[in-house]
Amino acid sequence: MEASLAADFLGIQMKNPLVVASGILGTSASVMERCAREGAGAVTSKSAGPEPRTGHANPVTLAWNGGVINAIGLTNPGCREEVPLLRETHRRLRALGLPLFASLFAPSVEAFGEVARVIAEAEPDLIEVNISCPNVGSEFGTPFSATAKSAAEVTAVVRKAVKLPISIKLAPNVPEIGRIAQAVVSEGADAVTAINTVPAMLIDAYAGKPVLKNATGGLSGAAIKPVALKAVWEIAQMVSVPIIGTGGISCGLDAAEMIMAGATLVGVGSAVALEGPAVFSRINRELEAFMTQEGYPDLASMRGKALPQK
Amino acid sequence: MKTTVNHRSLGGIMRPYRVANVLRENETTHTLLFDGRLPEAQPGQFVMAWLPEIGEKPFSIHANIPLALTICDVGPVSNAMVNLQVHDRLWLRGPLGNGFELKGSKHLLVGGGYGAAPLSFLAEEALRQEGEVVACLGAKTKADLILVDRLTSLGCELRVATEDGSEGSQGLVTEVAQEAIDAFQPDCLYACGPTGMLLALADFCQQRGLPAQLSFEALMRCGVGLCGSCELPEELCQRLGLPGGWLVCHDGPVAMIG
Ligand SMILES: Cc1cc2nc3c(=O)[nH]c(=O)nc-3n(C[C@H](O)[C@H](O)[C@H](O)COP(=O)(O)OP(=O)(O)OC[C@H]3O[C@@H](n4cnc5c(N)ncnc54)[C@H](O)[C@@H]3O)c2cc1C
Ligand SMILES: Cc1cc2nc3c(=O)[nH]c(=O)nc-3n(C[C@H](O)[C@H](O)[C@H](O)COP(=O)(O)O)c2cc1C
Ligand code: FES
Repeated sequence: MEASLAADFLGIQMKNPLVVASGILGTSASVMERCAREGAGAVTSKSAGPEPRTGHANPVTLAWNGGVINAIGLTNPGCREEVPLLRETHRRLRALGLPLFASLFAPSVEAFGEVARVIAEAEPDLIEVNISCPNVGSEFGTPFSATAKSAAEVTAVVRKAVKLPISIKLAPNVPEIGRIAQAVVSEGADAVTAINTVPAMLIDAYAGKPVLKNATGGLSGAAIKPVALKAVWEIAQMVSVPIIGTGGISCGLDAAEMIMAGATLVGVGSAVALEGPAVFSRINRELEAFMTQEGYPDLASMRGKALPQK
Repeated sequence: MKTTVNHRSLGGIMRPYRVANVLRENETTHTLLFDGRLPEAQPGQFVMAWLPEIGEKPFSIHANIPLALTICDVGPVSNAMVNLQVHDRLWLRGPLGNGFELKGSKHLLVGGGYGAAPLSFLAEEALRQEGEVVACLGAKTKADLILVDRLTSLGCELRVATEDGSEGSQGLVTEVAQEAIDAFQPDCLYACGPTGMLLALADFCQQRGLPAQLSFEALMRCGVGLCGSCELPEELCQRLGLPGGWLVCHDGPVAMIG
């Protein structure tokens, strides 16, 4: 019997567990629709903030041997401009039977509430709260994901501002990510997304300089898969809300491993660099083949398999 | 839509090259020849070129044995690159994107302004395969033309248009190209230049049922299909019969029409 890839996420029925990660082609209705047509199960929009931002100057991204490093710098049209874009995207995704997740960020705790209220006007299926971008530290200071206290404060403000389901996106570079997940869930987060990129940099020996214009950036792709698996595995042991496990997923086996670590959905970002949005249908095919071959009838039968048995 | 080239993963890292020679094409445009080559570059593909602390921008591959880029000075980054001297370094990642694919044996090449940059690479390849090549080049004025001699010496038949009539026929390169289509009856048209020129050629080719390969420009940031900044506007995709969400860096820069 063929395995089923159908996923139930907070009551939202999805065709498959693959989510386009925020910041990956989430910039227009047409490009998000393309990701949907090419096999994604849900699409996350690029993080929008209170004001328009052009982001950092080039170089902003390098597909480095072990993955990708980027310092895009949260390029976005501002949340007010983002609302019609999200509405149009939602209309198109709905026609294809896909949910839309809307990502947002803000420079202060209060601003998170204001941006969330604006984004909620577009009625996305989920609001993903990006408190963990490592590339805007010089302007915004330490990311709110750094401590359980600041992560919880943002969650509480967003929770009060909107009724829609919210997921908080966490950073990997903390001593105990499980505790941070616990803190955001206790303030009302409906889900947790983990992980954002790992703070990193590339230096070119011949130039004797950092390669990214912003000097430092965030590492993603194959190099961070083990980091992401550990984060999700720890979070899954601390909270019972669904997890969007993200980081270094580029094939069906990667996705299976992420689900076995406890993820309900699987975010895919950097893998798009190598083969375009067609990567989603390939990962789905490989995941389904693996499940069929190994006798997993559905995602639930695989979820959390690698967690310590209680 | 064409599938992804298999060596895309090589396009990721910056590699340093040294300038081995500089050819002055005109007042503002120089061709830099480097001391090495890219792995398996196809005509129409591009590289992201980086100068530390100055910036990184996309440029078409002008030739690959040895590697050459033709750079027109339009702003801060291209200015710094045009001023590079022999032995200076430039860092490149690539080849990126999907290039031209030769179809048939009679090829019509059309270049507007520095859009001619990737055409000599294509012409060389076409002539190597014993095809016939007619090249139409256009610019505002004689001083802005590039690669006229290079393409002629390769063995292409050349037709030139300048808006002020200072060289070749007076008018737009699209007019010369239309005449060439009638006279030469090519199997395929290949063009690179301003969007307006490409759209005019697309309309004309669609009317004639002539396949066209058009190389588009866009604001490039990641260059590898992640950031969305180079998406061709949806109206253009519809007009050209391309699927929505078409990315210049990943699906292009060359769009296959008809
Ligand atoms: C796939 C691709 C291939 C390219 N190949 C080549 C090439 O082979 N040779 C080459 O010289 N350039 C090429 N370009 C264009 C080149 O990338 C830009 O000219 C370059 O980015 C300019 O950078 P800058 O910082 O010097 O100027 P910017 O600060 O980016 O631009 C300075 C000013 O010039 C204007 N400008 C920018 N681009 C153009 C343009 N194309 N025509 C007229 N005005 C412009 C801008 O609007 C701005 O006002 C290519 C672009 C793409 C996307
Ligand atoms: C180019 C690029 C841009 C990104 N932009 C965002 C963003 O705007 N908001 C966000 O929450 N995460 C952003 N991320 C992080 C991804 O959503 C994801 O968490 C991370 O890349 C790990 O997944 P991956 O290894 O599959 O890429 C970005 C990642 C990349 C590579
Ligand atoms: S430049 Fe980033 S998607 Fe094309």
